[in-house]
Amino acid sequence: MARYFARRLLHALTTLFLVCTATFAIIHAAPGGPSVLADPKLTATERQAIERRLGIDRPLGEQYARWIGSVARGDLGNSFLYQVPNVQAIRERLPGTLLLAGTALLAAIVIALTLGTYCAARPGSVADHAVTVLASAAMAIPAFWLAMVLILLFAVTWGVLPAGGNITVGGTGSLGDRLAHLILPVTVLSAALTAELLRYARSSTRSALLQPFVRVAQAKGVSKTRLRRRHALRNALIPVVTLIGLQLPRLVGGAAVTETVFSWPGMGRLGVEAALSRDYPLVLAITLVISAAVAVVTLLVDIIYVWLDPRIRLART
Amino acid sequence: MNGVRPGVWQRLRRDQRAIVGGGVLLLLILVLIVGPYMYRVSPTSLDLALVGAPPSWQHWLGTDENGRDVLSRLLHGGRVSLAVGGLAVAFALLLGGSLGAMAGFRPGPLDTVLMRATDAMLSMPTIFVVITALAFFGSTLGALVLTIGGTAWMGLARLVRGELLSIREHAYIEAARTLGQSGWALFARHMLPQLTPTILVGVTVGVGTAILTESALSYLGIGVQPPAASWGNMLSTAQSYFTAYPHLVILPGAMIFLTVVSVNVLGDALRDAADPREPG
Repeated sequence: MARYFARRLLHALTTLFLVCTATFAIIHAAPGGPSVLADPKLTATERQAIERRLGIDRPLGEQYARWIGSVARGDLGNSFLYQVPNVQAIRERLPGTLLLAGTALLAAIVIALTLGTYCAARPGSVADHAVTVLASAAMAIPAFWLAMVLILLFAVTWGVLPAGGNITVGGTGSLGDRLAHLILPVTVLSAALTAELLRYARSSTRSALLQPFVRVAQAKGVSKTRLRRRHALRNALIPVVTLIGLQLPRLVGGAAVTETVFSWPGMGRLGVEAALSRDYPLVLAITLVISAAVAVVTLLVDIIYVWLDPRIRLART
Repeated sequence: MNGVRPGVWQRLRRDQRAIVGGGVLLLLILVLIVGPYMYRVSPTSLDLALVGAPPSWQHWLGTDENGRDVLSRLLHGGRVSLAVGGLAVAFALLLGGSLGAMAGFRPGPLDTVLMRATDAMLSMPTIFVVITALAFFGSTLGALVLTIGGTAWMGLARLVRGELLSIREHAYIEAARTLGQSGWALFARHMLPQLTPTILVGVTVGVGTAILTESALSYLGIGVQPPAASWGNMLSTAQSYFTAYPHLVILPGAMIFLTVVSVNVLGDALRDAADPREPG
């Protein structure tokens, strides 16, 4: 057991180290460099002074060691564009993304498991077909297009929901106001994820319900609801849990587009703006933060896995 | 398909999803190839006297916010969107397929290194990497294909590796080895044919995703550059006018949707045909 977790932890650390190394390589391969050096009026001595101050006159190996060291201390460098430490820029925008992506993830899991187990118990029914068709549609809709159509309908035509932002400007910032601002972005961000999770939940529950142990439980008089909750749901959870770990980077990527369409003050939009203006340090700092989050979630997923499926515990110790 | 997995094509031909999805997709490709020769209206010529015009004999689907012909832009833009999506996946297959094959053919240190690198790539939000690269190299069609494909190979690498690891355990592979086959000959003659269905599934799913990625990039203004049309950048420019001319938003979005749905439906049918054990 302990060995299993030690191996997963080592795995996560290796991934993080590789991402750190990749980001360092990209910063140094990226031409242009810090924008302060782009000033043509700089003399050679001034240029050297700046290079010394930024530490970019040192040998590459030393710079690499410094980069790893500063990342380990939580220093992710400074943004070219905003002239502030990247950590500060990210900290200001992180809560917005956590709120949006977290709500979307939660909504996706609840809807996918409920509908997935419901459909698996009634294969071939009208409800099952309807849900399957809806899920295929949700996976093929471009998120930003869905966003535009929803804004057109709910904000422009009917005027029932706000078109963007996270709060009414000049408003009281009440809970209701904040929730109203969340509805459309969460719908857009969770649509494809819900569909994907739903398909996996449905097919794994379906396989589970065909297993002999389910028939035994049925024969012993276990009620349908209890059967679905106790026996099928647990099996449905396994692929869903795996998928969550895999989908996290895509969720954040989706958040970048969703946040841009809805002018949502989050890290995704910050990343898009930084990337468009070639603010390499900020882009890479954001990439690193997200990769770290993914590594932590993957580790959690591995732990939840063992709890869900004792076979893994037995096989890998 | 011959070999140990017979019946893939037979199962596929009986699957309604394959017929509908594949049919719609073929029709779409045919229209995009032939259409611009039949409907000879320029997709880029501006007619400022005809801004946001309704459908007419001259402009079958009306004109956009700059007086350009909408149908013509849909046809030319569709060619660009589909070509970028298809080529990006071809590049991803080249990268992911060869890395996955190297990793799965002979498990060992190389396998470990390649798979850790794949994990690292998978944990990164690639959209930022793609935008940064395009902001630097410029959004040419070639750069779009290389960046979208270059960040979409990981799934294919894993798929090919996993499949190879299971294929190499089969008795017939051992038989071939005993008969003295090894290296490239063993891979190409005995393993590659078994890999084909898996690769086809991966590629089909990838095309849908790549088309969505291209449209999102073009929407953000970093994909296909105007005046050239793509379904994504038509949406980007239409956004500012969508209360006045909602059809400029609806049409390109609907085309992307139709394409990706038919690709995905075909992919589902392929997946089930390649692996009939999964219950429907």
